Amino acid sequence: MTALMVALGAAIGAPLRYLVDRYVQARHDSAFPWGTHAANATACLLLGAAVQAALPGWAFAFAATGLLGALSTYSTFGYETFALLRTGARFLAFANAAASIAAGLGAASIGAALGRALTG
Amino acid sequence: MSETTGEPSESAEPRGIDPDIDLRDRRQARELPDAPWVVLPLIAAGGAIGGTARYGAGGLLPTAPGEFPVATFLVNVSGCLLIGVLMALIARAGPRFRPARPFLGVGVLGGYTTFSTYIADVQGLLDAGRPAVALAYLGTTLLCALAAVWAGTALAEAALGRAGNGGGR
Repeated sequence: MTALMVALGAAIGAPLRYLVDRYVQARHDSAFPWGTHAANATACLLLGAAVQAALPGWAFAFAATGLLGALSTYSTFGYETFALLRTGARFLAFANAAASIAAGLGAASIGAALGRALTG
Repeated sequence: MSETTGEPSESAEPRGIDPDIDLRDRRQARELPDAPWVVLPLIAAGGAIGGTARYGAGGLLPTAPGEFPVATFLVNVSGCLLIGVLMALIARAGPRFRPARPFLGVGVLGGYTTFSTYIADVQGLLDAGRPAVALAYLGTTLLCALAAVWAGTALAEAALGRAGNGGGR
């Protein structure tokens, strides 16, 4: 049951990440991977809120483990950082890693504060 | 560290930065408008498989609060190894292998690995009063993930290079 909820959530989160990535990438022409950055930061914000929301088990499995887990990605983040290093864009690679982690932690804190405020 | 002694560039075509969607590649840019009812379900099916595998790994290796999150660490590092292998294979395989990128790369590996849980783990360790574990987890995941992408790419390229040079079947 829980595994099914995770699968359902991930089946929504993965195409959503693809659409966010595509939407963002179409709107700039720098080498910086803003698309993945946006999807990861958004997922961190929402997960921060979800953790505070005291969801029932099945809902947490669907929304947090499944949907938000699949909306964010480490493999693409890792590949993009590596690809930037390999093309010689060392500053961009470092900036991508630092900015992704900083934005993720900041977004998660904001999400947690929002979650606490909304759920009381 | 790496000097600008141009490495012998044997790779046939330049590869993009974004393994999910490279809009400078006209075929990739057109894949969604051309066949949205193929591409999106393919990604969704892959995501369901990858997400369930990640959930299974979490069940096999549960982490107590304040401890190093082993399952998420292993999932993210192994996913990085696999995407290195996959992208090297796709760069070599040509158009026949085209659905592999959205299905395996965006879907399965995107659903399998997670950045949001990684960040939530770090925050959880900080909240539990374990800043040293949080920092170690943050850093080792990043370094091992980058090493894993490199290793996966290098292994696949070495294997493909040998297969190519052998000229055999």
